Amino acid sequence: MYKAEVRGPLILGNKDYGQITRDIIAPIDNKTPGWWKVAMAVSITLASIGIFSLYYTVRYGLGTWAVNNSVAWGWEIINFVWWIGIGHAGTAFSIFLLILRQKWRTSINRAAEAMTVFAVMCAAIFPAIHMGRVWLAFYIFPYPNTRGPLWVNFNSPLFWDFIAISAYLLISASFWYFGMVPDFASIRDKAKTKAKKAIYGMLAFGWTGSTKEWLRYEGLSYVLGGIAAVLVVSVHSIVSTDFASSVIPGWHTTLFPPYFVVGAIFSGFAMVMTLMIVIRKYYHLEDYVTDSHLNAIAKILVFISLIMGTAYTTEVFMAWYSGNPYEMFTFFHNRLTGEYSFMFWAMVICNAVIPQVMWSKKVRSNITALFIISLIINLGMWYERFNIVVTSLSKDYLPSSWTSYSPTWVEIGIYIGTIGIFTIGVLFFFRFIPMIAISEVKSVLKPTEISEKH
Amino acid sequence: MEKKYWKSLEEQANLPVTNPGQKDVDSSRSLLDLIDEEIDSKPSSRRNFLKFCGFSFATAAIATSCQNPINSAIPYLNKPEEVTPGMANHYASTYFDGQDYNGILVKVRDGRPIKIEGNELSSISKGATSARVQGSVLSLYDDGARIKAPLMGGKATTWNALDAEVSTKLAGAATSGKGIALVTSTIISPSTLSVINDFKVKFPTAKHVTYDAVSSSALLEANNLTFNSQTIPDYHFDKADVIVSFGADFLGTWLMPVEFTRRFAASRKLNAEKRSISQLTVFESGMSLTGANADYRFPIKPSQQANVILSLYNEIAKASGGTTYNAPTSAVNITKLAEKLLAAKGKSIVVCGINDTAIQVVVNAINQMLQNYGSTIDFSASLNIRKGIDQEMATFVKELNEGKTGVVIFYNVNPVYNYTDSKLLIEGLKKADISVSLANAKDETSAICTVVAPDHHFLESWNDAEPKEGLFSLQQPTIRNIYWTRQAQDSLLKWSGSTIQYNAYLKQYWQQNFSNKQTEYTSLDFWNYTLQKGVFELPNPVNQPAFINQALANAAQKCGTVVTSETELAFYETIALGNGLHTNNPWMMEMPDPISKVCWDNFAAISPKMAEKLGVVTGDLLKFGNDFELVAFIQPGQADGTISIAYGYGRTKAGKVADGVGVNVFPFMKMEGNNRKESLIVPSVVKTGNKYNLASTQMYHSMEGRDIVRETTLAEWNEKPNAGNEMHEEAEKHNISLYKEIVFDGHHWGMSIDLNACTGCSACVIGCQAENNVPVVGKEQVATTRIMHWIRMDRYYSEDSANPSVYFQPVMCQQCDNAPCENVCPVSATNHSSEGLNQMAYNRCIGTKYCINNCPYKVRRFNWFRYSTNDAFDYNMNSDMGRMVLNPDVTVRERGVVEKCSFCVQRIQEKKLQAKLENRPLADGEIQTACMQACPAGAIIFGDTNDKQGKLMDLFADQRNYNLIEEIHTLPSVGYLTKVRNREKESNKEA
Repeated sequence: MYKAEVRGPLILGNKDYGQITRDIIAPIDNKTPGWWKVAMAVSITLASIGIFSLYYTVRYGLGTWAVNNSVAWGWEIINFVWWIGIGHAGTAFSIFLLILRQKWRTSINRAAEAMTVFAVMCAAIFPAIHMGRVWLAFYIFPYPNTRGPLWVNFNSPLFWDFIAISAYLLISASFWYFGMVPDFASIRDKAKTKAKKAIYGMLAFGWTGSTKEWLRYEGLSYVLGGIAAVLVVSVHSIVSTDFASSVIPGWHTTLFPPYFVVGAIFSGFAMVMTLMIVIRKYYHLEDYVTDSHLNAIAKILVFISLIMGTAYTTEVFMAWYSGNPYEMFTFFHNRLTGEYSFMFWAMVICNAVIPQVMWSKKVRSNITALFIISLIINLGMWYERFNIVVTSLSKDYLPSSWTSYSPTWVEIGIYIGTIGIFTIGVLFFFRFIPMIAISEVKSVLKPTEISEKH
Repeated sequence: MEKKYWKSLEEQANLPVTNPGQKDVDSSRSLLDLIDEEIDSKPSSRRNFLKFCGFSFATAAIATSCQNPINSAIPYLNKPEEVTPGMANHYASTYFDGQDYNGILVKVRDGRPIKIEGNELSSISKGATSARVQGSVLSLYDDGARIKAPLMGGKATTWNALDAEVSTKLAGAATSGKGIALVTSTIISPSTLSVINDFKVKFPTAKHVTYDAVSSSALLEANNLTFNSQTIPDYHFDKADVIVSFGADFLGTWLMPVEFTRRFAASRKLNAEKRSISQLTVFESGMSLTGANADYRFPIKPSQQANVILSLYNEIAKASGGTTYNAPTSAVNITKLAEKLLAAKGKSIVVCGINDTAIQVVVNAINQMLQNYGSTIDFSASLNIRKGIDQEMATFVKELNEGKTGVVIFYNVNPVYNYTDSKLLIEGLKKADISVSLANAKDETSAICTVVAPDHHFLESWNDAEPKEGLFSLQQPTIRNIYWTRQAQDSLLKWSGSTIQYNAYLKQYWQQNFSNKQTEYTSLDFWNYTLQKGVFELPNPVNQPAFINQALANAAQKCGTVVTSETELAFYETIALGNGLHTNNPWMMEMPDPISKVCWDNFAAISPKMAEKLGVVTGDLLKFGNDFELVAFIQPGQADGTISIAYGYGRTKAGKVADGVGVNVFPFMKMEGNNRKESLIVPSVVKTGNKYNLASTQMYHSMEGRDIVRETTLAEWNEKPNAGNEMHEEAEKHNISLYKEIVFDGHHWGMSIDLNACTGCSACVIGCQAENNVPVVGKEQVATTRIMHWIRMDRYYSEDSANPSVYFQPVMCQQCDNAPCENVCPVSATNHSSEGLNQMAYNRCIGTKYCINNCPYKVRRFNWFRYSTNDAFDYNMNSDMGRMVLNPDVTVRERGVVEKCSFCVQRIQEKKLQAKLENRPLADGEIQTACMQACPAGAIIFGDTNDKQGKLMDLFADQRNYNLIEEIHTLPSVGYLTKVRNREKESNKEA
């Protein structure tokens, strides 16, 4: 089995198997903490604002937003890409680290996957509500129909998007769920009330923990992991083609697929870090999510931050090197300088400059600093999407149709609402689902400490 | 056993009940037979039960879910011969609103006039129109503003009661010797003038006062002084090589803009044979459409005009041996201009739009010395469209206040709104026994008149017109009067005691006066012929009155002594609203001004330099003396030290669109000498510190060095036919693709736009709006870049902001053969037709707006809200009456779908079908898109690129032809011809 002398133990506190199970399912068994209730109330308020804004949009029309006949995409697409980006981390975490046999992932992957599912759900709201006639959204489903049959346009990146996102949501949700089956069985076995036993029993699919089951379980996770690994790369590449396959200056670039995927992982990892720090703090799981875990995430972040910096530089360089006057204008007069320069420099500073402080070990071991940096990165990634979506559209080819864009309360409301929906999901996850994959964590416990008490 | 109750003896005896009135009904057949004929014979089964269920569920579902709107389509009992449902009829008619004349064709679908086109047989319009003419059809259906019944004291009454009242008052005035005043706009209708004459015969104290809100009084008086002829000659810009305008916006608002635009455009078109164009020099304060099209433009103060004109006169007089007069140094060095004019003797025109007799006299003298009369300026076909003499109106108001006038009748005028001293007029009206308004829609004058005898709308009326000597034009009703109105002429006839109806009167008048002037037709045929054709032209005898020098010395002396001041106000008419007659027309209100691109407001246009001095930016409110506050708008090219403000706004009683929008500046005009002056010296302009938002459709004004409008100078073009367009060849070379080229083997539609002919007048914009049911969205939506117009008139400036060169470019969907919008639509709602059209399937569109983003030309429009039947957008599409104007051939788009220019696909289909029915190929030029048809300059040509002999391919082969942003390989079907200016250098600096 695994011997971690070089890197130190992955789980601290000399736990035995039984202790691990007890530690991790404690939040589910314990009384709902007060802070949880407060957080839930706040989240529900936020979500209600969002739901009202969504209602308002559908009732009166997209005219309630600030998008217009030149900048036809605004906050909604920014937020869509932002959420999808955040939704990258879970799967990326689990799968890439699973395939690379990075065992330290086991403490984190469950939360990361949960986050993915909620983030993708939030993201999925935007393309739908963004349709002028959302009630006809089913036109985008490719199925033989009675309308001709009329088929979708297989050339359209938006159609690819639809396929990519739904596939990604399905796979990530399955991957997340199947990973939880043995843990649900543990909760079922330890459940004290009948209702709990029934519910978790159903969720556990009658898991008994036989060798055969474990074999199939592992097989399945590798198969799903294999599929999901491709999707992690494809989904954001495809989202990037929404932009890259267009003719708009600042969008029309081959750099976008890798740039988007890396950016997505960047924001996702930052969000994982935010979330893990919260879990550690409020559920006292410092033994499982150790400082070295955060240290590892920080190292990845600082590396990705360099890639982001390179991407930004490359974009600007290519705008100049191509000699294309439209690209030149977009980058040099509408991003580096001009109306939206704040957004550009905020993006550069948040994503490429500030994360560099994590080169210092001191910073990497300072939880507060990491927490703040993780938030800054997500803010920066939002600015990045603003830069891409709005600046290119606001001033493209013909100056006669140039215009500015700033959102209305409805658009802000929808964004706030998705944050609420996301945190509701996360809070439910805290409360009802084992936050750390119990079975997997046990596999990385030092073999010498093995105890038979499960 | 149960007790048996019975209600008839038959029932008691168990006999069949019969009702003598009721026939036997075949009771064996029932609804159930629909399901199964033999149902009675079968035992109840599960199968039948399910059938019942299915049937009743289906019925219930249909009955409850499909709520059909109730629309009554009632067929004709006796179908009129000429009406075929679904087919439009066109009636030749006449448009004259007291200001502009146009020979028109009215398109009538199912009894409703829905579109106005120019009459190709009229030598004035030659098939073209102005934006205002295009928009005028909408005022017919202005439910809120039209007066629906005769009014007395503001209350609805009957025509009999009204006639009794008016007749009594008229008789009273006649017996007491009090005056009767008939105040009308310029009347160009010979028969109406005859009706007025009859009226004057019946009431000898009656006086006819002609009042033009914005008059050409000075021009008329100057012509009277110098030619002894109080008429306005015709100006042949097409025959001139050098054109000089002093504040006359002849391409926009001055006299006959449609005809002048056509003539000017003709002088500006270039091809292999015609290798020279006219040169236009403009002196003006605010940037006008004419100034924007000038080769050389000089922004000067209104008060400097007199000086410049006198200096030009002196310069020319020196060379041609005339008397010179003392003149202070001119603000502009005009030596070179004088040389050019002298070199083009007899082939030049100097026009002046300043309402000042002295200036006009000097201008006449200049034209006389240049020998332009008889060649480019023609008195034989003099214009009748402006007859108002300012002094007449002033006298009328004076007499009114002296209590000398008993009856006042207003016809087609609104002096309470647009007379300079309207307070005095209102006071005076109180002294009259009765004031009658013959308005057809609510206005400020009819609001205070004691009696309103509403006139028909012009599309409901008979009339005739003689806009020019020898050109006669008939107007016929195209719909029965919608409201309880009566034609003004009928009212006057009635009040004069005549029993004849006006249409009979008109016919009789024509038979008596005109049919004898021609020999081709009999009297009745002549009437029918003219009614069908709409116009009838007589050759004019050459008439060139001799020039009289007498008034010149005095006039020149006056011109030499004009004082200038630091800040001067200049008033002007806008292309859309003119003198304010059309302000309540939502199409006109939302038409972006070609120059400022602002709609829904008037503003104080100030020069960039002056703005800097005052510390003002666009949107700051300015206070003018103690008179009014108005928002500032920095207008490049505005003469320094001047502020221009448009007429036509600040209406109070016109209707929901016009009321309360902008400021009315008519009260600030001043009588000076005999003329109302259109400029004013302001005591002070102060920034108030408050802000006001203007809705503009264009926020950026520079082309940013991009070759969007390609231009060159005449000399360069003559050397090199692709001058300014060198990059086209380069772009063509790169037009290669990995993909197989799509072959269009039937038709392939295309369009060519001559940027040298286009003046930016925006008639196409409104023509398109009327044809394609384009909604009006209101100021707020315009301000958020959501105007729905399918054609955008882009306007760019170049060089310095003090006096920039101006460029116009109409941009509609470019119908790209490699359209970026098409491949991004996830549901293929926008796709390519086999004829090269980029088409929109509104039903299929789900509104992702991706196509809007990916359109490099940004010509796609999204329905952000439901713009029809929505109280938030209470314009023409929110009432049943307003929606009558909609073109039934074009879908009204619902909320959430994208729309854009379709190349008028409904017109293409119509003509294709017609050709097919007649078993012949389509002829070149047969299909006209709405924009092409409206264009007075002939700048837009639509055609088939597969027709190699067609006119379009000629233009596409021209070396001036290019496509917009062609380097990105969108392969547009719209081509533009480079703009060629007649300048020495690419600058408008020197003359």
